Amino acid sequence: MDAILIQILNGLDKGGAYALIALGLTLTFGTLGIVNFAHGALFMLGSFCAVLFNKLLTLSVKVKDESITFFDAYKDQPYLETWFGETGTAIIDYSVPLSILFAIPVMLLIGIIMERGLIKHFYKRAHADQILVTFGLAIVMQEIVRHFFGANPIPMPPPDIVSGSAPIGAFLGINENLVYPWWRLIYLCFSLVIIFIVFAFLKYTTFGMVVRAGMADRETVELLGINVQRRFTIVFGIATVVAGLAGVMYAPILPPDYHMGMDFLVLSFVVVVVGGMGSLPGAVFAGFLLGILQSFASMNEIKSIFPGIDQIIIYLVAVIILLVRPRGLMGREGVFED
Amino acid sequence: MIKNFLKSTPLIMLVFSAVVLTAPIWLDPIGASYPDLLQKFAIFGIFAVGYNLLFGLTGYLSFGHATFLGVGSYTAVWSFKLLSMNIIPAMILAIIVSGIFALIIGFFSLRRSGIYFSILTLAFAQMAYSLAYSVLTPITNGETGLQLAQQDPRILDSLAGVVVKDGLPSPNIFGLAIPRELSFNLFGLDVNIGAGYLGFYVAAIMLIIVFYISLKIFRSAFGLKLLAIKSNQTRMKYTGFNTRPYLLTAFVISGMYAGLAGGLLASIDPLAGAERMQWTASGEVVLMTILGGAGTLIGPLLGATIIKYLENIFSALNPTELHSIFSFMPEGLQNIMVTIVAPFVGEGWHLTLGLLFMIIVIFLPGGVMEGLRHLGNLVKRLFGFNKTESSIESISSVSNTSPEGEAK
Repeated sequence: MDAILIQILNGLDKGGAYALIALGLTLTFGTLGIVNFAHGALFMLGSFCAVLFNKLLTLSVKVKDESITFFDAYKDQPYLETWFGETGTAIIDYSVPLSILFAIPVMLLIGIIMERGLIKHFYKRAHADQILVTFGLAIVMQEIVRHFFGANPIPMPPPDIVSGSAPIGAFLGINENLVYPWWRLIYLCFSLVIIFIVFAFLKYTTFGMVVRAGMADRETVELLGINVQRRFTIVFGIATVVAGLAGVMYAPILPPDYHMGMDFLVLSFVVVVVGGMGSLPGAVFAGFLLGILQSFASMNEIKSIFPGIDQIIIYLVAVIILLVRPRGLMGREGVFED
Repeated sequence: MIKNFLKSTPLIMLVFSAVVLTAPIWLDPIGASYPDLLQKFAIFGIFAVGYNLLFGLTGYLSFGHATFLGVGSYTAVWSFKLLSMNIIPAMILAIIVSGIFALIIGFFSLRRSGIYFSILTLAFAQMAYSLAYSVLTPITNGETGLQLAQQDPRILDSLAGVVVKDGLPSPNIFGLAIPRELSFNLFGLDVNIGAGYLGFYVAAIMLIIVFYISLKIFRSAFGLKLLAIKSNQTRMKYTGFNTRPYLLTAFVISGMYAGLAGGLLASIDPLAGAERMQWTASGEVVLMTILGGAGTLIGPLLGATIIKYLENIFSALNPTELHSIFSFMPEGLQNIMVTIVAPFVGEGWHLTLGLLFMIIVIFLPGGVMEGLRHLGNLVKRLFGFNKTESSIESISSVSNTSPEGEAK
């Protein structure tokens, strides 16, 4: 029972990341009709926003280390500590959550530049061309990151206060020894909040209503004199931000490295396909579902029956879904069902 | 009359063979005439020519072809270990086994088309890649890669009485070790093939054979049907064709080409690793095909050559060498140039590759061949040759690259 609960939780935080990336992918596909193979790279860029922000916060000056008296020793002291003392230290400690504030404008800018500069020219081109050009863009992005940040993963610590494990067993009153890392729990909640915000935005704002109408029937909305294109561009920016935020918060779970985007991209595409191309709830649902499935498959009991199942479960599910129900679990009938 | 003669199969094959076999001579001036690189040109040429049979003709974008390359390599190394160090059985087995893999993967993947097909092939490729690293370690030897050992059985070799005394055996072709120098007398001419070139010639002969097959397919009724699938599959179906067997055949043939390329890679360096199956490797062959010109006969070969050549040059450069390249400039300008260029070379070669990829897809979807055709037309207009056709066109005219005709 405990083991199952732990596996579900393990799956949920990874599923949260899948769901967020898949949500963005689906948004771009549903609005602009673009198959974006660079979406994983945007997730990676988000992670590196956290890294960059942390670097900016810890810009240091060399000062004399007073604690060592035998010889002249120097240590790096971040400017923030020099200026604000304790508060500065606290800000540095919270660099990962704070970098959300940094990542939102940066990712929005990247998304809008990307859409206006490149994607715009590919609306009318074949899907194969879209895949290829965004694939090229993904390579370019990850190589640029590698040039500036190196090839090694960069560990990003979560704030001290949540670096330990949460005694969730005690919360639920089942088993005192059942613990779960705080940060993963936070990630899960964070992803749920973001998903909720995106859905609420699409559902309850005029902007969202226009976007949904445009997704359903672009021509009619345009005939009503609404500039659908500009709204879709903004939606692309939002999708970029969502991927970026997913990356920022994932940094303490998985130390960012330059090719993490590619790894997540393939999985997220699978998630989108399983959920149903163009279906937002499908993407979210499939994201969590596949996350949980993957974590169950990595249990030793299951691995001993089907060796290697943890590596391939997601792809296997995708293959079966595509062959049996090509529109995906929640896809609308006739949407990209070929 | 002359037009037909220029397009005749024997002439094309003759010119092609001559060009490929003399590659060590005419590639010398650009510093590409050493065995390692020449072998890569030929092997990845085979890979790309095969990929083109699927993507170029039918428009089905497979993102998993590196799987067949990897399977071919593993099969060849196993053949070296179990059967014989002769590369002929190794290559035959590599082709057969990768063909079987292609049949299975193609059977499932081809139930869908368009982006779903791409994702399915990608999913299968990722499965194969993960399995090669994890569960199939007894077969693939995991991260270390599959290697030869002195005490391998080599049944056929031991039946023939070949004994390996010390060190590892090297792959051979009927007793001629691949890395060896070779001198013989051919019709009174002293032919001297330097160390390593034998490997290139084996690959080159394979390339000529598969190019011939590909030419035949392009000009057959089968090839036309594949093109018809690319331009409008629905209409093709309405005329009463069941398109799937044709697609599957094309898929399997291109898988076999990839298997052959993998087998050749293993023959030249008897080592197989799972990284050959990574999806970036699949991406590379797509790039080669597109760069050269998907759907043209020699485009993919050109693309493979260009990419491997650029890779060879760019990845070897480092800032020190850049300084010597730009040494004709004044000091300040030289430093600026080096700073600008440095991120694109050496380790950053992939950045150049990615940019190249984007530029080609954005500006020249028909690849180098389309560029050459534009150039040819320009020359014709400038000099007023309206009647004659350039030889490039004669080869590329069998192609059909309609941007609208993608499979949905």
